[in-house]
Amino acid sequence: MAKQPQKKQDHGTTGHEWDGIEELNTPLPRWWLWTWYACIVWAILYSVAYPAWPGIKAATPGLLGWSTRANVQTEIDMAEARLAPMNVKLEAADLTAIAGDPELQTYAASAGGAVFKTWCAQCHGSGAAGAKGYPNLLDDDWLWGGDIEAIHTTVTHGIRNTDDDDARFSQMPAFGRDELLEPVQIDQVVNFVMSLSDTPQDPTMVAEGAVVFEDNCAACHMEDGTGDRAQGAPDLTDAIWLYGGDFATLKTTVSNARFGVMPNWNTRLSEAEIRAVSAYVHQLGGGE
Amino acid sequence: MSQTEPEAPPSLYAAREPIFPRRVKGKFRSLKWVIMAVTLGIYYLAPWIRWDRGPQLPDQAILIDMANRRFFFFWIEIWPHEFYFIAGLLVMAGLGLFLFTSALGRVWCGYTCPQTVWTDLFILVERWIEGDRNARLRLHRQKKLDFRKARLRLTKWVVWLLIGMATGGAWVFYFADAPTLLVDLFTLQAHPIAYMFVASLTLTTFLFGGFFREQICVYACPWPRIQAAMMDEDTLTVGYRSWRGEPRGKHRKAETTEPQGDCIDCMACVNVCPMGIDIRDGQQLECITCALCIDACDEVMDKIGKPRGLIDYMALTDEAAERAGKPVKPVMKHILRPRTLMYTALWSLVGIGLVVALFIRPDIDLTVAPVRNPTFVTLSDGSVRNTYDVRLRNKHGEDRPFLISLKGDPALRVELEGTIYSSVTVPADSTHLQRVYVIAPKGSAPAEHRRTEFRIWVEDTASGERAYKDTVFNGRTN
Repeated sequence: MAKQPQKKQDHGTTGHEWDGIEELNTPLPRWWLWTWYACIVWAILYSVAYPAWPGIKAATPGLLGWSTRANVQTEIDMAEARLAPMNVKLEAADLTAIAGDPELQTYAASAGGAVFKTWCAQCHGSGAAGAKGYPNLLDDDWLWGGDIEAIHTTVTHGIRNTDDDDARFSQMPAFGRDELLEPVQIDQVVNFVMSLSDTPQDPTMVAEGAVVFEDNCAACHMEDGTGDRAQGAPDLTDAIWLYGGDFATLKTTVSNARFGVMPNWNTRLSEAEIRAVSAYVHQLGGGE
Repeated sequence: MSQTEPEAPPSLYAAREPIFPRRVKGKFRSLKWVIMAVTLGIYYLAPWIRWDRGPQLPDQAILIDMANRRFFFFWIEIWPHEFYFIAGLLVMAGLGLFLFTSALGRVWCGYTCPQTVWTDLFILVERWIEGDRNARLRLHRQKKLDFRKARLRLTKWVVWLLIGMATGGAWVFYFADAPTLLVDLFTLQAHPIAYMFVASLTLTTFLFGGFFREQICVYACPWPRIQAAMMDEDTLTVGYRSWRGEPRGKHRKAETTEPQGDCIDCMACVNVCPMGIDIRDGQQLECITCALCIDACDEVMDKIGKPRGLIDYMALTDEAAERAGKPVKPVMKHILRPRTLMYTALWSLVGIGLVVALFIRPDIDLTVAPVRNPTFVTLSDGSVRNTYDVRLRNKHGEDRPFLISLKGDPALRVELEGTIYSSVTVPADSTHLQRVYVIAPKGSAPAEHRRTEFRIWVEDTASGERAYKDTVFNGRTN
């Protein structure tokens, strides 16, 4: 019989001993050592092939020219190329037909959501709930119209800006500051306006305010106070107030007037982006 | 040390001692052949089983569909949100390992571990091509690389590589439609990821089965280290009856006065060992309890007319009893003890829980995420509106209409975005995100209270199946 190779070599102990516990002196497997050398070789090759060694301005670029920034750009380009047909389709579509095309509507709502969070959220809030002076886009009250074409026009040209001749424009007189009304008349008309949205007020003040309203305000806000979208004149009979519906705020509004401005986006966003964000705003719950 | 001359310091590293396991016959070897055939059979054939799920779903019985986030197992379909089934199976696998280890030692390692099964297969190939232990030893010691040695080595490696490729090839079939992928693989149409997996698994199979073998068990695998905690004195494991075998020595026909144990030191147990150890040294880390030494020793014992079982499955308590001449505990008493019963109970508990969860899970499902930016919206008529993102899941193979309704304060009214109806159609085997508005009229209780709890119901109007989620309506807070 062939001689059995010695399998269990007795390597003894290292000679260390702690409370009777000794340390075996078993050697490591040699392939571990080779693995370690292989890792070193790998590390050297890697540092030559990829960006590795820090310099004063930048790290060594590596022979493969790999760059995270270039990769991001490639991915952005790929995404844009992939989305290009959808954008073409979006630009060609009739605005009112977008909602009827599930594929286009899904694309417009998600692409528009991204546009909204980049460009619109600063004023209208990331949830589109607005803030004082910045309209809430979730409700069913619209100053200039809430169908998709009206929204599209508003986004394209903006409101009361000086950069776009087609911007929506209207201006309320500053009845107090320009002394168009006496202070008592302002109090009366504020009482009347508050009564329009079912807030109980002093009946005599309301009656006198109604006269002031008819003479000075009804031209834009209409005789019944429901406003006029052609001029962006707010509906004063509903429960929604852009700047606030309490007495002090309304008095300030009547005295000094308001002049909210929105930029025109046609110089900064593509037509596809404007259409997408219009569709997004339209499907937030208040679209008409 | 009595030596005076200084000893060369031992090397810090040792080369692997090559192991040439001898062929053996016996009941454990036969059992291992059967287990190898069954486990390899399952692994290679399972992806090819077909299972009809209708026209919209894949017809592969076992399929991990990464792209569509689905796991199919015969009649079961697991969605990503049901990943707890996989977690439960992993818990069961862990408890099962504990159970088997505490009862039978490293029975997983010895019989069913892929490393063991594939190494066994590779050794089988090696034996077919290069011959049994002695032939392989001679070939190994032959320094000169002549034509015969080169031919044998090359043949062996090619066969190993083919097995490795089949292993990697079978792996990818679990992740895509197997017949399509097979054609794609050969026509170079398959996804690069598929080739990458085939290549890396080919390489690891070739290296681990052909060259690393026991090194994986001894150095790479954490399981041998954990198992010591799972075993106790009642665990049945492979051992050597030293009190019967020692003192070992050459078998002699004639009676002698010298005391003589049953072990004739024939090294059969060492020669068949795939781990290259001597079981007579006692339990050791390297031993995977494959039981081949039992077969080898029994064969020898039969030849020399001694009783079998010099090397045998036994527990530490048996040793004490046998040495004292007392009867040993029956096998079942070793296996049935509080520890194993506890593991069995835990294992069954998880298993029953999973089965129950599987049978009571609905085929329609929803999640409700209240939109909290903003918490509520006031509409022009003074009513208060809350918005909810409702994700509807249709796990059926056909499109189904979902009717959405709510239960709670009668003042609350429900509306769906994008439709005037209160029902939406969810396509087959997919989810649909539906924005749902809940409106409380001006002055109603929910509109004026901070929180009103209510329930959103969805109902499949075709089958009548229902599901619900409880959520909260936020009224005006100022």
